[in-house]
Amino acid sequence: MAYSAKVMDHFENPRNLGKMENADGVGEVGNAKCGDIMKIYLKIEDGIIADVKFNTFGCASAIATSSMATEMIKGQKVEDALKLSNKAVVEALDGLPPAKIHCSVLAEQAVKAALADYYTKNGIELDPEIFGGSCGGHCDSCESCGIEG
Amino acid sequence: MKTVYADNAATTALCDEALEVMVECLRDNYGNASSMHHSGQAAAEVVAQAREDIAKCIGADANEIYFTSGGTESDNWAITNAARLGAKKGKKHIISTTFEHHAVLHTLMKLEKEGFEVTYLDVHEDGYVRVDELEKAIKEETCLVTIMYANNEIGTVQPVEEIGRICKEKGIYFHTDAVQAVGHLPIDVKAQNIDMLSFSAHKFHGPKGIGALYCRKGLPLIGFMQGGAQERNKRPGTTNTPAIAATAAALKKSCAEMDKNIHYVSAMRDRLIDEIVKIIPRTRVNGGRSPRLPGNVSFCFEGIEGESLLLYLDLKGICGSSGSACTSGSLDPSHVLLALGLPHEIAHGSLRLSLSEYNTNDEIDYIIEQLPLVVARLRDMSPVWEKLMKGEN
Repeated sequence: MAYSAKVMDHFENPRNLGKMENADGVGEVGNAKCGDIMKIYLKIEDGIIADVKFNTFGCASAIATSSMATEMIKGQKVEDALKLSNKAVVEALDGLPPAKIHCSVLAEQAVKAALADYYTKNGIELDPEIFGGSCGGHCDSCESCGIEG
Repeated sequence: MKTVYADNAATTALCDEALEVMVECLRDNYGNASSMHHSGQAAAEVVAQAREDIAKCIGADANEIYFTSGGTESDNWAITNAARLGAKKGKKHIISTTFEHHAVLHTLMKLEKEGFEVTYLDVHEDGYVRVDELEKAIKEETCLVTIMYANNEIGTVQPVEEIGRICKEKGIYFHTDAVQAVGHLPIDVKAQNIDMLSFSAHKFHGPKGIGALYCRKGLPLIGFMQGGAQERNKRPGTTNTPAIAATAAALKKSCAEMDKNIHYVSAMRDRLIDEIVKIIPRTRVNGGRSPRLPGNVSFCFEGIEGESLLLYLDLKGICGSSGSACTSGSLDPSHVLLALGLPHEIAHGSLRLSLSEYNTNDEIDYIIEQLPLVVARLRDMSPVWEKLMKGEN
């Protein structure tokens, strides 16, 4: 198994790494038992993602997908950020090994969870079509540990 | 950037002695050891001498050594052979442990599907089998005990001599996967009552793709392939003269320098463990400290994941390994760490550094300098660590 040069670049030099005080939206998905947790912080101004930070516990591809996802949504309109798909993250990273695709799913879910938090804080109803069930994608591909959260 | 190779449990660098004899065989002594002409006989002589030298290193006779492709083949062969012998007498119970190498575990799983019963002994939090638990597990139908000499991930050395004594008393075959031990620890198959022992040359600075099964004289050994009379009709295939000669060269050297190496390598191991535990908070040393393989260092760092740790270390030139799920290609962390009772979230943060006599104290200093920085960097970005620090977990 080898990572693309882009994955290694984002792993070695993660973009938007860090925490954020007074974030407008915070989303955390995954669980430690499965080996991946992503936390995304959003600063939203006039419907635009003005700033984004992430913290991740996980493998190199978990760090790289978090980094890429944050880069892809920074400066985007909230509605456009919602459309971010895991597939787009994988493509932007020049691919991921098959066993690591779940990291990109987690990255997409982390962005959605942060946006859901933003909507909830602002009294905007969540569209179940976009935000899915209550699980929010925790441990999406992890059959070994059952669903938590 | 310099390379600090600390993954000697995965494989080792070839020693010069092995390389030289290997090249000589490949270039000059290229005859087929089964051929009757002088060229073949020259190769056969090299193989005979190598067999003798190797046997001597583990206290065996030359005609008890069967060359194979390595540890995995030897394990498969030994266990399947003993199971077949047991089944003939209606004995279909095997005793092993929960933290064997997959070459053993998967062979046992296959036998379970064929109707064998396997008892997997607990290795407890410290990674050691308890001899009284072995004795209790033995039944009338037990045909084989297969317990590794020393664990590949956590380095704990098992009470092989006591296990051998018990098996001998009860008339049960005893096989040990000694892949991590041969060339590193003194072994005497006769004194330790070992019936079958597997090893692999590339773990002691020999070449890859070659190993052997020691099988005690008088223990019927059934071949599992057809096609030739090599290895006394037990293991067909053209004799791998260069690899066999190189195995003997490497093992002879490892055994001649064993005392010195044990002293030198275990001092580096202990310094590395002591320093890291002192510097990095919430670090766990996996497996008991003694008896332990001279080169094995195994940690779990809370709040981080092993694959990213491994790759950040690699960027600093340090080669190690991890039992995290992400490096194993499955969703579960290593079965060895889980066998110790470690929770998944801690087992994900594992790191194994395995040293050899090729490492230097300067390299250990470099690891002691770099590892805390890498762990701190990963913890700084870890939501799990953040929660641990806030006392939420």
